Amino acid sequence: MSIQDKVIAIIAEQAVLEPSDVTLESTLEDLGIDSLGLVESIFAIEEEFDITVPFNANAPEESDFDISNVAAIIAGIEKLTTETA
Amino acid sequence: MKRVVITGAGTINALGHSVAATLDAMKEGRCGIGPLEFRDVDRLSIKIGGQVRGFEAEGRFNRQQMSLYDRFTQFTLTAAKEAISQSGIEFHGELSAKSGVVLGTAGGGVSTWDDNYRSVYEDGKNRVHPFVVPKLMNNAAASHVSMEFNLKGPSFTVSTACASSNHAMAQAFQMVRSGMAPVMVTGGSESMLCFGGVKAWEGLRVMSRDACRPFSANRNGMVQGEGAGIFVFEDYDHARARGAEILCEVIGFAMSSDAADIVMPSKQGAARAIAGALQDAQIAADKVGYINAHGTGTAANDKTECAAVADVFGPHADRLMISSTKSMHGHLIGGTGAVELLACIMALRDGVIAPTIGYQEPDPECALDVVPNEAREVEVEVALSNAFAFGGLNAVLALKRI
Repeated sequence: MSIQDKVIAIIAEQAVLEPSDVTLESTLEDLGIDSLGLVESIFAIEEEFDITVPFNANAPEESDFDISNVAAIIAGIEKLTTETA
Repeated sequence: MKRVVITGAGTINALGHSVAATLDAMKEGRCGIGPLEFRDVDRLSIKIGGQVRGFEAEGRFNRQQMSLYDRFTQFTLTAAKEAISQSGIEFHGELSAKSGVVLGTAGGGVSTWDDNYRSVYEDGKNRVHPFVVPKLMNNAAASHVSMEFNLKGPSFTVSTACASSNHAMAQAFQMVRSGMAPVMVTGGSESMLCFGGVKAWEGLRVMSRDACRPFSANRNGMVQGEGAGIFVFEDYDHARARGAEILCEVIGFAMSSDAADIVMPSKQGAARAIAGALQDAQIAADKVGYINAHGTGTAANDKTECAAVADVFGPHADRLMISSTKSMHGHLIGGTGAVELLACIMALRDGVIAPTIGYQEPDPECALDVVPNEAREVEVEVALSNAFAFGGLNAVLALKRI
């Protein structure tokens, strides 16, 4: 499974949707994922890829991790996994 | 001052998953204590407890709820659903704005602490699930009840060890009696039956390895239980106006502090709470027919409690009945007073006195009618429920048949 597919699977599970319903352009708001859902998704992503995501729930816009849509999240994770490797 | 009645009751504990099942077990004198089943139980020296069995949380709660509900919250919500559904109340508008939930627990999400400490210490993980804090906090259960049933009035959690739920119910009673709230959801829950929870209790060396035998000369300690008891306390006029079924009336309470020792009980502190409850209820001592004892099965509690009862009631102490249902469901710590209130309701409403089971040898220091081993049918007008906690914090409730 590619990074993209794994991230979409995690986000879909959180949103209680089928992976096919999650597009690269979807925002978390579109998918109905609230702030608690977001931190839970980030936890699941960290567990899945064994990375640490620099995300502070107090100041999401100041975090060095773009969550504006699914594509941005995937790009951020791809960057983090490359750095770890 | 308003009169306060109970219009709903719910429970889950080692004796049953409902009030009806629990009261049937108490009538039969059935024991819910058995071998503990959880991870690493072989490393414990205490291997028995009143564990809730056959409770499939996964079927009752969805994935998101499961990630937020510790077992003590799961028990609370299960019991609250039974109690509120029995009461027939739906909380909307002004009723919702004024009604709240006050619950007791001693440990809160003990198994959440346990699982996550295990994960970071034993398994060496450096990350825990983001909901560990909202899952383990002591007020999690009260908050989830408020959200589930739309209770927007005074809501909080009381933590006074083994007296937690009696203190909580006393608070709820005061709020309804004073007119502050028309309805309060109250009671308590506990779920400490996990490796760390039982290991901590082992350290005190007050736990029995075989059975909880309150008041029996050969008693050798307490046995832990788990579960929840939840009640709907309601303004009598409010209950009558909507034609609610009334289980019994709550007529008084008292709280006292021994201000003496962190674990040893005091006869004077217990006696002041019992006498205070009678005074608050404005009831003569000889009206009391039944006391649900704190009755832990430890050497210290049982003789101190009997001496306190003898002091307060004088000659009437030999005529009233006093039993400890902990012999059947174990000691639910912060939830114990709530489950034990069911025995008081059964005495008042059904005229059935729950027995003290496991009773084998009379103890001259506990020479009261402890209703040994078999339930008894007796009409009772007033009942008391005792709770005397570690830390010397005591709370006694008085209830009346209606």
